[in-house]
Amino acid sequence: MRDPPVTTTETVHSLDAGSTHRYELDQLDALESESIHIFREVTAELERPVLLFSGGKDSVVMLHLASKAFFPGKVPFPVLHVDTGHNFPEVLDFRDRTVERLGLKLIVAKVQDYIDDGRLFERADGTRNPLQTQPLLDAITAGRFDAVYGGGRRDEEKARAKERIVSLRDEFGQWDPRNQRPELWDLYNARHRPGEHVRVFPLSNWTELEIWRYIAREQIELPSLYYAHHRKVFLRDGMWLADGPVSRPREGEEVVDKLVRYRTVGDMSCTGAVESDATDVERVITEVAATTLTERGATRADDRLSEAAMEDRKKEGYF
Amino acid sequence: MSTLLRLATAGSVDDGKSTLVGRLLYDTKSILADQLDAVERVSRERGMTGADLALLTDGLRAEREQGITIDVAYRYFATPARSFILADCPGHVQYTRNTVTGSSTADVIVLLVDVRHGVLEQTRRHLAVASLLRVPHVIIAVNKIDLVDYAEDTFRTIEADIRQLTNGLGLTDVTVIPVSALVGDNIAERSERTGWYDGPALLEILEELPTGEDPTRQPLRFPVQYVIRPQSGAVDQKYREYRGYAGRVAAGVVRPGDEIVVLPSGRRSRVVGIDLADQELEEAFAPQSVTLRLADDIDIARGDLIASANDAPSLTKDVDALVCWLAERPLVEGSRVLVKNGARTVQAVVRSLHSKLDLDTLVGQPAEHLELNDIGRVRLHLASELPTEAYTRTRNTGAFLLVDGQQGGTLAAGMIVSPDPEGERSPDWVI
Repeated sequence: MRDPPVTTTETVHSLDAGSTHRYELDQLDALESESIHIFREVTAELERPVLLFSGGKDSVVMLHLASKAFFPGKVPFPVLHVDTGHNFPEVLDFRDRTVERLGLKLIVAKVQDYIDDGRLFERADGTRNPLQTQPLLDAITAGRFDAVYGGGRRDEEKARAKERIVSLRDEFGQWDPRNQRPELWDLYNARHRPGEHVRVFPLSNWTELEIWRYIAREQIELPSLYYAHHRKVFLRDGMWLADGPVSRPREGEEVVDKLVRYRTVGDMSCTGAVESDATDVERVITEVAATTLTERGATRADDRLSEAAMEDRKKEGYF
Repeated sequence: MSTLLRLATAGSVDDGKSTLVGRLLYDTKSILADQLDAVERVSRERGMTGADLALLTDGLRAEREQGITIDVAYRYFATPARSFILADCPGHVQYTRNTVTGSSTADVIVLLVDVRHGVLEQTRRHLAVASLLRVPHVIIAVNKIDLVDYAEDTFRTIEADIRQLTNGLGLTDVTVIPVSALVGDNIAERSERTGWYDGPALLEILEELPTGEDPTRQPLRFPVQYVIRPQSGAVDQKYREYRGYAGRVAAGVVRPGDEIVVLPSGRRSRVVGIDLADQELEEAFAPQSVTLRLADDIDIARGDLIASANDAPSLTKDVDALVCWLAERPLVEGSRVLVKNGARTVQAVVRSLHSKLDLDTLVGQPAEHLELNDIGRVRLHLASELPTEAYTRTRNTGAFLLVDGQQGGTLAAGMIVSPDPEGERSPDWVI
């Protein structure tokens, strides 16, 4: 039974009400608080969590938030990297240094192993991003992990905009977007049956710009390729690809030296660099605030495959 | 300081909700060139003349194929003053559960009304949900004002109807604005074509609304999520003996020196420190995630509630609640469920189903069961005592989920109501 209705004075609009209070959180504090709450909730309720850590900026921010959630205890779970074999060497180096600094256990699942023994085949287009799903699912099964933290953000892509913060995966790692659990208040339901697991996205509500503002505020170190540097690149499908062992220019593609930076870090063969002179975090923030292209639209060839490329990969168990 | 406001949109597709969302994104320059290119390309392929902005939010293949929105989509936009998280809730009448989901986290609900149709059955339902879920602010955008030649009297008639409805529902902070999402009147800027309207534009209101509830008006509620006792697993040996209780302030403000009580044990202590990682804070308020240190070494576990010693909730095994049923399988008396409230999960049985709410008349009716999207009033009997208080008092501690203990699914969204002094004899409750 509710309290009797309150008689209202008919204010024309709320600005007259003078109802602002001084206890309001800054947007970064509000997002940080939400992410920390998610980490504590899922880690307390499930038995074997693991965090996907590639050395990319979102996973670095995610790990930073996990460190804050359990401080002064260490992060109470291992980290997992699905290594495409097409990584930027400076990112792998950064990954190893970070894991050592925080005293964490690193598990690496290698796409190359699967190609070497014939469980997976190299694709005609050379990209290995879609090949990560099988090694990921095998590593989850082998580690008996029941919660997998991923750095996905809803602003990245429209299939991700429909994703829950705590999202159920069946025994084949599949996502069923039409049958998701409603998610209310800050109450998360991570219950699952044996063989199933949950994917958990503590950064769901962050945008690219907020990630960068938080990196600046918290002085979080990132792999150097996120900042402007000189690199030998060639143009393919409107993207600057690095000239390297896994991405050689084809006939007619000219290698040039450019001042570039990366907005995302992934498979070298399909992750594009953007022309940039943003050499530090403040300049990157200015650049991101003024950009006219989305992060994935600017840098990911694999997401251009079709309108539902991400949805299809996610259904199969991709992160 | 730039803050974060969470809003939910409601209203049917025909009221122009997608256009409004598209307009907000467009006017705040939140749609980037490649997204707009993709929308224009697909719109052209389907033989449309303009860009269909609904394509921006319909993210799933099935949604695009069927031309409908199935699920709540989250969109992000920002102005220099503030960032916004927009939960775009599908408008179909039968999808009450989506409106409930979007409203549960919203600071404000923006409800669209077509100026040519006025208050409809659906307007009533969405406002009832906003009232039940205690969304702090309600904005009603009377849309398509351009189609009635910006006639003030048409708007005023609808506004009066809305006021009558919202007063009856006990909604206290309601703003009604004439807008045209298509043309952009009173969305980002005040329109000259509605000279008779002297209020602010929609975006101005959204920039000024306070986020959340004022925590100084509520007693402290702090559900313990995690006990941090690192011992040998500390980041530094100096923290070996550290012992703190990690959680998110659900209501109120906490400062060192505050006297607290731990529930359900009833043990008392005093706050000696508030930590956010390696920072020590002078105070913390809802919804901050922090770690509390106490003066005494008392037994506290996940699921316990730390509350103000002088204003603590009472413990009970019998809970009266309103539930919005979210599952395909109906709720019947005698069902065994799990209740998840704060950081605690307890077993429970649905002792009785008092009534089902008729969202059109807003009156409770006797019912045998609750089906998907129904809202009803139940009494739950819990396996162990829970500190409970009404959802109308503190939104965060009065809310709970009902979970299927075997299959794991989420069955219902629940809101605790104050125990009825009349007992179970009065089924004719009005919300």
